[in-house]
Amino acid sequence: MAHQSDLIAEDILAYLKSHEEKSLLRFITCGSVDDGKSTLIGRMLYESKMIFEDQLTALQSDSARFGTQGEGIDFALLVDGLASEREQGITIDVAYRFFSTDRRKFIVADTPGHEQYTRNMATGASTADLAIILIDARKGILTQTRRHSYIVSLLGIRHVVLAVNKMDAVEYSRDVYETITRDYAQFASGLGKDGKPPFEIVSIPVSALKGDNIVEPSSNMDWYRGPVLLSHLETVKVDDLAESQPFRLPIQWVNRPDSSFRGFAGQIASGVISPGERIRVQPSGRESTVARIVTQSGDLERAVAGQSITLTLNDEIDISRGDLISPALSPAEVADQFETTILWMADEPMLPGRPYLLKIGPKTILATITAPKYQVNVNTFEHIAATKLDLNEIGVCNIATDRLIAFDPYETNRETGGFILIDRLTNATVGMGLIHFALRRSANIHWQALEVDRSRRAELKNQKPAVLWFTGLSGSGKSTIANLLEKKLAALGHHTYLLDGDNVRHGLNKDLGFTDADRVENIRRVAEVSKLMADAGLITLVSFISPFRSERRMARELMPAGEFIEVFVDTPLELAEQRDVKGLYKKARAGEIRNFTGIDSPYEPPETPEIQIQTADMSAEDAASMIFDELLARKIIAG
Amino acid sequence: MLTHLQRLEAESIHIMREVAAEAENPVMLYSIGKDSAVMLHIAMKAFYPALPPFPLLHVDTTWKFREMISFRDNIVAKLGLKLFVHTNQEGLAQGIGPFTHGSAIHTDVMKTQALKQALDKYGFDAAFGGARRDEEKSRAKERIFSFRSKDHRWDPKNQRPELWKTYNARKAPGESIRAFPLSNWTELDIWQYIYLENIPLVPLYFSAERPVVERDGTLIMVDDDRMPLKPGEQPQMRKVRFRTLGCYPLTGAVESEADTLTAIIQEMLLTTTSERQGRVIDHDQSASMEKKKQEGYF
Repeated sequence: MAHQSDLIAEDILAYLKSHEEKSLLRFITCGSVDDGKSTLIGRMLYESKMIFEDQLTALQSDSARFGTQGEGIDFALLVDGLASEREQGITIDVAYRFFSTDRRKFIVADTPGHEQYTRNMATGASTADLAIILIDARKGILTQTRRHSYIVSLLGIRHVVLAVNKMDAVEYSRDVYETITRDYAQFASGLGKDGKPPFEIVSIPVSALKGDNIVEPSSNMDWYRGPVLLSHLETVKVDDLAESQPFRLPIQWVNRPDSSFRGFAGQIASGVISPGERIRVQPSGRESTVARIVTQSGDLERAVAGQSITLTLNDEIDISRGDLISPALSPAEVADQFETTILWMADEPMLPGRPYLLKIGPKTILATITAPKYQVNVNTFEHIAATKLDLNEIGVCNIATDRLIAFDPYETNRETGGFILIDRLTNATVGMGLIHFALRRSANIHWQALEVDRSRRAELKNQKPAVLWFTGLSGSGKSTIANLLEKKLAALGHHTYLLDGDNVRHGLNKDLGFTDADRVENIRRVAEVSKLMADAGLITLVSFISPFRSERRMARELMPAGEFIEVFVDTPLELAEQRDVKGLYKKARAGEIRNFTGIDSPYEPPETPEIQIQTADMSAEDAASMIFDELLARKIIAG
Repeated sequence: MLTHLQRLEAESIHIMREVAAEAENPVMLYSIGKDSAVMLHIAMKAFYPALPPFPLLHVDTTWKFREMISFRDNIVAKLGLKLFVHTNQEGLAQGIGPFTHGSAIHTDVMKTQALKQALDKYGFDAAFGGARRDEEKSRAKERIFSFRSKDHRWDPKNQRPELWKTYNARKAPGESIRAFPLSNWTELDIWQYIYLENIPLVPLYFSAERPVVERDGTLIMVDDDRMPLKPGEQPQMRKVRFRTLGCYPLTGAVESEADTLTAIIQEMLLTTTSERQGRVIDHDQSASMEKKKQEGYF
C-alpha cells in the first residue's frame, strides 16, 4: 500500500496518529457499465495508491485478456470481481471497495445500474451516506439517471455528487456540462417536497478514463472552479444528523453473566445517552433511568450514535431482544399498522395477505401486506394500479404486524424505520420496506375485552372449540368426509359449522378468482371466519383445497395451540383425476380452466398434519370415524 | 464524531451480537493469525462483562508453526475460553501433507474438508471468520452473513440482499452461516487497531533470526524435521518475519528488520506487494479463491 508519503518513512508515529483521527465515508456509485462507473472506481483506487504492484501486474495481464481499452490499463477490471461477471463484462452484484486518503477512509458500494438490478442498487444505497450519480456527457440525463436518483432519494441518502463523465468525449465543453447540470437540478426538484431536491447536489465535470478532476484540477476545464471529486469526498460533512436526533437503542442482546448483572446491549441508532437519563422501553412503555454505560475499558459518561454499548438500568424491568430504548420524553411511535413503501426483491411475487416475517432492527415479527395502493414506475414515477409486486417493483402498501412495534418514520430515522421481509418457507430476504407513518386506525381501534369469552361459550356447548382444516386436491374427498363427520357430531348434539370452498366462493369470496394472489386472500378470509366461529365455541370444519403451506400455517397461527387440527386428505393426483366427480380435471386438461391445482398450479402437501387420510386405502365412512376418535382422544368432545 | 476505527469496531460488535442472538450453536473460527486476534479481542468487548457465548474452533492441519500452537494454548487459557481443535483424521492416516501431496490437495483435505467435518461433528450452525473484503476480489462481494448449503457450498449468484445492518440469519436445518465481522476492515485498519489496543500477536510476525531455505524465490522456514531438504539445500539463519500465518511449508517469509509493531506497520505501508502474495494457494489463477470458496473453503 504505497502511500508515497514521506511521513511514513520519517515519522511513523505521527502518521499513525493522523490515520487514527480519520473519519469514514460510505458511498455508492450509480451508473451503468457504459457510463464508466467501474473505470471511475478503478481510477480512484489507482490514484489513491491503493493498488499493489502484484495487483497491477495481474491487472495488466487481465487488461490484455479481457480489457476493452486496447493497450491501456482497463481500470474496470480492477473492480469487476467474480469470474463469471468478468467474462460477461458486466457487474452483477454489490461489491465493496476500500481506499483511504490522508483525511478519510472510504467504503464504496459498487452496484450494477440496469433496471433488473434495482434491488442490488437499493442494497448498496442502504448503507451509503453519499451517492455519486454518473452521467455520460454525450448522452445527458437518461431514464436510468432518473431511476437511480429516485432510489437514492427513496433510501434517504442526503448527499449527491453529479459526476458528468466522459467530458473528454465532448471536447470538455462547458455548455454541455452546464446544460446537464441545469436539467438535473430541475428534475431533482420534482423528486422532493416543496419543489426542493431531496438531497444536496454537487456537480463535477470529470473524465474517469483520462483522470480529469478526479484528484487534480483538470487543465482541460479551466472554466470549472468547484472542488475535484476526491477532495469533495474527503471534506463533505455527512454524519452530524444522527447525533442530533432523539436517542434510540434497539436491544440486540440481554447480557446476564450472573444474577447480579443485567445489561442491555445494542448499537445506538441515533442520539446521545448518559447515566441518569430517564428512558422508556418500547413497546411496553415501562420507564427507568440509566445506571451505567458499561465497557471493558471502564464505564462511559456519554455514548453517541454509532457506538455499540451495554446499558444497565436502575430498576428491574423486563426487556428482551427487539425492544427499543428511547428517552422518556421523546419516545418513538408504537403501532401495528403502517403505510410503507416496499421494494420487492424475489423472483416469486409479493402476495397480499400472505404472512411474511418482518425484521426491523433486531426484532422479528409476522406481518401481512395489503394489496398495493399503487405501484411506482421507477422510470417515470407514475403511479400505476397493481394487485401484487414482482421482482424489482416498488409499491406503496399497508402492513399489519401481529404485535405492536416501536418505530420512527424512515424519513427521520433509517435504522428504526427500515425493515426487511423474509419468506417463511425459503427463509430468503424477499423485500425491503420503509415506514411512512402509522395508520391512525390502529392507534384508535382498541381490542374490546368481552365479558362472555370463548371458554364460557364453549362450556355452554359442552365441547372445546376447534378448527378441523381439511386440505387436499380437488376431488380428494375432503367435503364428503367433512360432511359425514359433521353428521356424526350433530347426531350427538355437538355444535358445528362446515365452511366449504365452493360455497364460500358463492358469497363472501365471490370477488376472488384463482390466481395465486386471490387464493391467498381466499384462505386468509376463511381463516379469519373460522377463527370467529371457533371463538363462538363451534367445532368448525373447513374444507378447502388450500394448496399453499404458508396460508395453512397462517390459519394455524391464528388459533390457540391445540385448537387447529390439520387433516390431510391424501389422494394421489391420478386417483383424484380418475374420479373427477365434478368433471373439472377434464376441463383443466383441455385448457378450459387455468390455474387448476395439481395441473398448472402447485399443491404443497402438509409436512406434519395432525391427521393424514390415505383415501386410496380407506372409505369415507372409516375416515370420518377415525377423525371422530381423534377428537375424543384430544378431548375436544367428551365420550 | 466517531473515527473510522471506532465505527468499524462498533459494527463488528453489532455483527457478533446478532449472530450470538440468532444462531443456535455458533462458533468462532480461530486461526491464530492477526485477524483472528482482532476478532477475538472484539468478541471479549462485545459481551463484557460476560465471556463470549460461543467456543473457539481451530482447524489444525498439523503443519502450523509450532509457535502458533503454543500461542493459541496460552491465549485460550488466559481468557478462560473453550477451544475445540479438529484435525482431519482420515487425511492424517493417509499421510496427507504439503510436501508429499502439494499445496492444493493438502489445503483441500486438511483445511477445507477438515472444517466441514468439524462443523458437522459439533453441529455448529454459524461460524465467525476473520476474512476481509479487501483481501481478494471474490471476497469483495461476499455478504457479512454468508450462507452455506447443507454440503457447505457457497452460491455467489444467489446471495441474500443485505440491507442496512438488518441481517437475515434464518436458515433451514442443516444449512449454516459464515459470519464475517471484519468484512469492512482493511489490512492497515487491522494493524492500526492492534497497535492502539495493544493486542498480543504470535511472535512470528516480528522479525528475528530464523532458519530458512529458499525455494522458487520463496523463503520457507524449517520449523521441524518433517521438511525434506533437497540436495544442496542448507537451512540458513536469516532475519525474517511473516506477513500472514498458515501452514509453515506454504507460508513465505520476508526478509525484514521490523521487530516492533510500528516498524511492521511502516514496512507494510511502504511495501509494494499485497499480503496474500505470501500465500502459495492463491497463485494458480486469479479466480481461484472464488472456486475454492464455492467448494467450501472458508
